Amino acid sequence: METIVFALVNGVIYGLLLFMLSSGLTLIFSMMGVLNFAHASFYMLGAFFAYTIMGATSFWLALIFAPILVGLIGAAVERYGLRRVHVNGHVAELLFTFGLAYLIEEIVKIFYGKTAVDYRVPSILDFPAMQIYGVDLPAYRIFMLFVAIAMLVGLWLLLKRTRAGLIIQAALSHPHMVGHLGHNVPLIFMAVFGIGCALAGLAGVIAGNIFVTDPSMAVQMGPIVFVVVVVGGIGSLEGAFVASLLIGLLQNLAVGVNASFADIFGFLGLSAASEVGSITVSSLGPVLPFLLLVLILIFRPQGLMGEREL
Amino acid sequence: MSTTQESFDYSAHIPSNAEKFRQRTLPLLIFAAILVAIPLTGPSRTVYTLMHQMGINIVLALSYNMLLGRAGLLSFGHAVYFGFGGYFAMHAMNWIADGSGIWADFPVFLLPVLGFGAGALAGAVIGWPSCRRAGTTFAMISLGVAELIASGAFMFDSFFGGEQGISGDRMNGPELFGLTLGPISQVYWFIAFWTVVGVVGMYAFTRTPLGKLSEATRDNPQRVQFIGYNPQRVRYLVFIFSGGFAGLAGAMAAVNYEIFTPDAFSLVPSGFILIMAYVGGITYFVGPIFGAILLTYMQSMMSDFTDAWLLYLGVLFISIVMFAPRGLAGIVFGFSAGLRGPRPRAFLITWLTQLAGVALMLIGLIVLVEIAVRWSNGYGEVFAPFGLPLAQANPLSWLLVVAPAIAGVALSRRAARMREAQA
Amino acid sequence: MTSPPALSIRDLSKSFGPARIINGVSLDIAPGERHAIIGPNGAGKSTLFNLISGLYFPTQGSVLLNGQKISGLPPHQINRMGLSRSFQVSNIFTNMTVRENVRCGVLNTMGLGYSFWSNIGANKAAHAKTFEILERCGLSDKANVPASLLPYADQRSLEIAITIAGNPDVILLDEPTAGMSQSETARAVELIAKATEGKTLLIVEHDMGVIFNLADRISVLVYGEILATGTPQEIRGNAEVREAYLGDEALPEELA
Repeated sequence: METIVFALVNGVIYGLLLFMLSSGLTLIFSMMGVLNFAHASFYMLGAFFAYTIMGATSFWLALIFAPILVGLIGAAVERYGLRRVHVNGHVAELLFTFGLAYLIEEIVKIFYGKTAVDYRVPSILDFPAMQIYGVDLPAYRIFMLFVAIAMLVGLWLLLKRTRAGLIIQAALSHPHMVGHLGHNVPLIFMAVFGIGCALAGLAGVIAGNIFVTDPSMAVQMGPIVFVVVVVGGIGSLEGAFVASLLIGLLQNLAVGVNASFADIFGFLGLSAASEVGSITVSSLGPVLPFLLLVLILIFRPQGLMGEREL
Repeated sequence: MSTTQESFDYSAHIPSNAEKFRQRTLPLLIFAAILVAIPLTGPSRTVYTLMHQMGINIVLALSYNMLLGRAGLLSFGHAVYFGFGGYFAMHAMNWIADGSGIWADFPVFLLPVLGFGAGALAGAVIGWPSCRRAGTTFAMISLGVAELIASGAFMFDSFFGGEQGISGDRMNGPELFGLTLGPISQVYWFIAFWTVVGVVGMYAFTRTPLGKLSEATRDNPQRVQFIGYNPQRVRYLVFIFSGGFAGLAGAMAAVNYEIFTPDAFSLVPSGFILIMAYVGGITYFVGPIFGAILLTYMQSMMSDFTDAWLLYLGVLFISIVMFAPRGLAGIVFGFSAGLRGPRPRAFLITWLTQLAGVALMLIGLIVLVEIAVRWSNGYGEVFAPFGLPLAQANPLSWLLVVAPAIAGVALSRRAARMREAQA
Repeated sequence: MTSPPALSIRDLSKSFGPARIINGVSLDIAPGERHAIIGPNGAGKSTLFNLISGLYFPTQGSVLLNGQKISGLPPHQINRMGLSRSFQVSNIFTNMTVRENVRCGVLNTMGLGYSFWSNIGANKAAHAKTFEILERCGLSDKANVPASLLPYADQRSLEIAITIAGNPDVILLDEPTAGMSQSETARAVELIAKATEGKTLLIVEHDMGVIFNLADRISVLVYGEILATGTPQEIRGNAEVREAYLGDEALPEELA
């Protein structure tokens, strides 16, 4: 029981974290057609900036300023890089962000070294807040939950209650129409790109200290965020939300299952000594998102909740 | 049916045999001649090692460009086919060593044929779901499949050999052309032979109806349907061939290194293949060859000189994407076309201005990066190009960053204005 | 037994969501007939072409080519059965030369399929066929020009050249003279007449001059339905047709 509860709680938190990353990526992808390969790099920047700011001041200032800084860098990348490449088409844009991811990783390695930095949970939140079925739930995890939900509400209010949100929503489903309405499309693109990157940075700030903050964190997170966006469906924030939770839970639940294929498919005559039989479900954790991605692209290319095909 | 076809002399409008020889056969002959000439210079072991890696990468980058350049398919998982070809060759090498059944008579020299088969088979299986769409979807599937196989490879140790991978010994089985493949100078002929086979094979492919249809599908998949072809099928067939040639390169690597590990499937080599092909220039057949030669050289030489070579690689790649999307080949051919253009003198001045601008920016970048790298290492090393110590506290260091950068940007802008004035 | 119509459209309908763009269209076109479809903007002419050529699947009804059902087949199969179409917006292979464009079009009839074992440059028959088409479309002197650098009128000719390259029985031309000057149009009409000699032709056109020059019969499509079908004279005298046109745009003077 406790393993399941533990996996559920962690799955939800991890899922919300994924949503923090994938919401920005979905917005950018749906509006601009750019699949931002470097999105997880901004997540990484968030974590490293937070580490630096926290070292100089406090975690709370880092929570505010690291995402802003990341957002500004994102906006600058859009303005001076992507916009230039845009005329050469989506493949060129994808290649640009691919190169950018590469570059950011190398720059981070120079500034922060090749190994993990000591980015810690603030001591004020470093205590077990409650127990569920005998499992300690650290206060910081609950704090993450709150930040994620606050972000969710904030994003929802921005999209549903403000004029800018309405334009963004219109652009999600009909990217070519917004220009005809007389809006400054380049400015909207730059803002959306910046906000998307800032959200990724925020995810880095709150996740970097419970996972590991090192230069490979972008490469590890990036492909999974892609999976979320594609599985959820292009242009669908709801889809990204569902897919984030789905993958978060799937991965965390799989890790908790010690059964091997032989245990599950033993009735088919699969022996535990055989290679396939000895694979455990828990070891499948890292593979599952990609399996899901490939299956979705083959059988439901529009994603779980998307309206447009990729 | 019509009489015009007899009376109209179309031979004036198609390339003559002399032109074909000069443009197609001759470069290939020169390429082969260079490969034959290299051992005459008595190369060192290091040079041989470098040459072998270049040969492998040339075939690999060209096979990648069958997708990206010729068919418009951006793949983030090309190392998968390289890996399957290499692994299968590795296993076959061990079967040859066992010498049972038909394997007793199979020469190691011919392993690339099996590598081609394995790569093509992997392409046929993976391409089936991947090639239904082009563009971003294709790119995403290729990434997903690559991640799936890269992480799945560690689960099937009997084929992939776990973290240690599979190793073997190439000096077994019957010899071909009197080559034992023992000394590195003999492996050279193996690599050279298969590099030429790969290059010629892939060039020939561009001349076939399928090769032409692949370009047509890249440019306009819809129209391809209305000349009676199924674009998905065109993509699928090209994908299989591309996988096959990547597998051929994999088998070359298997014989050269005598080991293959699951790392060969990961995103890092896939990314490097993409960068090689793109930096070289994907719109030209020779582009990926340029890219493979330059980047292999940079990879082995620059990593000795600087810790930041990957950063330079990233800067090079982004600069090419942003400012020279036709790659190095585009720069080379653009230069020769400009010199043969109406105003060669003006062109040359502009070009040199631009070159000077780029060189100055590069100086600024190098000084900045090298100082930063040494500061980051924390060993107290000082960057001292040509014996001139440039510590990070030294104002001269920062002058050498800022001044060349500003001058370089100014020169580049000037060159841009000159180009505009000429256009 | 008479031979089946070259193209037979039977009770064809197409809906996009709630909008019914084509509504119960039936039309028979005899072999060798030159049939024009006219109608105001938004009448569904291009949708009808897309349905016939396989780009869209019909919601209802069927299309038969020489008595064989083609609706529901993918475009490349329909093309291989002998129906070829052009596009309203030039739809050519821009990174190839004019010659290579047309050569792509002839590959299929040369029995080359998805061949990867033959050198296309050495195929004499393909060359001869390619240059016969180029000659017929007045493009042979521009054979080695990159398609993207062609002047507009020549791009339209190339569009037609690719369409006829596969030697189809039935040819669909979607506004082949759109955007051309008067002299260019006159030349295009001549080209079309020459290029489609002996073939069945279905053409969508706005220029009434072109239509009355080329067409044996005309169908008027309004709001997804066929209002009238007849010879040019019959259509000219049809009161309903006049009314339909008055609602949309200025009455074409040829009709007046």
